[in-house]
Amino acid sequence: MNRHSAPIDTLVRIRGLKFYRGSRAIFDGVDIDIPRGSVTAIMGPSGTGKTTLLKLIGGQLTPDAGSIEVDGQNVHALSTSQLYRLRMRMGMLFQSGALLTDLSVFENVAYPLREHTRLNSSMIRKLVLMKLEAVGLRGAHSLMPSELSGGMARRVALARAIALDPMMIMYDEPFTGQDPISMGVLVQLIRRLNDAARITSVVVSHDVAEASQIADLIYVISDGRVIESGSPKQLRDSGGEWTRQFIGGLPDGPVPFHYPAPDLESDLFGDPK
Amino acid sequence: MDWLARLGRSGLSFAARLGRANLLMLGMLRGLPQMIRRPRLLLEQLLSVGVLTVLIIAVSGVFVGMVLGLQGYYILSRFGAEATLGVMVAASLVRELGPVVTALLFAGRAGSALSAEIGLMKATEQLSGLEMMAVNPEHRVLTPRLMAGIISMPLLAAMFSVLGVYGGWFVGVGLLGVDEGTYWAQMQSQIDWSDDVLNGVVKSVVFGVVCTWIAIFQGYDCVPTSEGVSRATTRTVVHSSLAVLGLDFVLTALMFN
Repeated sequence: MNRHSAPIDTLVRIRGLKFYRGSRAIFDGVDIDIPRGSVTAIMGPSGTGKTTLLKLIGGQLTPDAGSIEVDGQNVHALSTSQLYRLRMRMGMLFQSGALLTDLSVFENVAYPLREHTRLNSSMIRKLVLMKLEAVGLRGAHSLMPSELSGGMARRVALARAIALDPMMIMYDEPFTGQDPISMGVLVQLIRRLNDAARITSVVVSHDVAEASQIADLIYVISDGRVIESGSPKQLRDSGGEWTRQFIGGLPDGPVPFHYPAPDLESDLFGDPK
Repeated sequence: MDWLARLGRSGLSFAARLGRANLLMLGMLRGLPQMIRRPRLLLEQLLSVGVLTVLIIAVSGVFVGMVLGLQGYYILSRFGAEATLGVMVAASLVRELGPVVTALLFAGRAGSALSAEIGLMKATEQLSGLEMMAVNPEHRVLTPRLMAGIISMPLLAAMFSVLGVYGGWFVGVGLLGVDEGTYWAQMQSQIDWSDDVLNGVVKSVVFGVVCTWIAIFQGYDCVPTSEGVSRATTRTVVHSSLAVLGLDFVLTALMFN
């Protein structure tokens, strides 16, 4: 499963996770293990709560039942200061990039360093330029976020996420809305950062091809449950109807093409109500 | 019974919002030590919340003072009391119009901008991003804005009143021929430092707290969509204006018996 012979222990352990929005169950008894040093993809159709899962792991949301342990610490049993200390070792790449729009690219990447370290400005400058070099945007350090393309913004956000050398990075739909070149760059960056810095990566995505390309392990979730898990090859060979529909991008199957509706004939020719 | 259920839901929703607003205020107050250690955060917000509101306050203050001069002269001259024009202009401004009109203009200019800025930061996940960088957005983003509003409001109200007095002077003395010495001397003798000026300052501080708190809460609590931000901005102006006018009555009743 792990291509690079990293010690196989679990960095994130989720057990019996239940989370509701109103009466709707987003997660209804989810168990997930994310191995240390691996790229783990969480996949599923839109609206299945993939982003919610990342927010639960990061402690931004609280589960209704179950536990989430990160590096042996139960995230939701921590005090605020302990949670913040844990978050300093976690990076998160938001779908929108979430760059601070009033700061330049350089200042965005320097932000966590200025907030959490006492490094002098010369050291911060060197570190920021190194992080930007890693994502190929050292030359763009003086630009403002409004001057960046979507792909560049995500790469800057990635540089910011790795500024404090975290033990894990969570990627929220990193490939959505990207042109093929930006997508290729992001795919390569995620894998390269994972391997070079021995970071654990959690990629939430519904882009099957890209996620399969870099993931060591894939969890497929739908209707609040883990439908299937395994390596990309195992999932491709899966006999599960649902997984085959999702991986193959088939328009109809267990997930129906039609939204539930009354009979077409009665809808067209019956009494309008 | 539907109306009863709706009433109950509205009551519960209002109580929940009030609770969240109070928790937010507590959270912001906890950020004060951090802000004191990093005064640059406050200075940046004083610029955007306070300094950038100066122009509209200054222009409005002059015009309100000029109108007071005209109206005051018109009424007072009927009783031969135009010599007291300076007192009337100054008392109106220092006691009521200075704090109240400044607060209303502040809600429209700075309050709406604060709500929109914070709401957009929420909608674009910047606040979530800060949380995930182990930075408390209440302390880092909101506390400096709250304090900038509280500090700016009395200064802006004072500026409004001073410029209004000069607006009244320009019309009364410059255009309508009221004696300049009488204008200033009557004002000096009749306007009391604690009854008038200090009470006006207290009012403007209270309005500063309320307007900025409402603006920040509406932005922070908004639905993170463009429609949600738009509603939050509107609610900021409406709620702030109503709160200022209502509180003005209460404070006036308490201060002047």
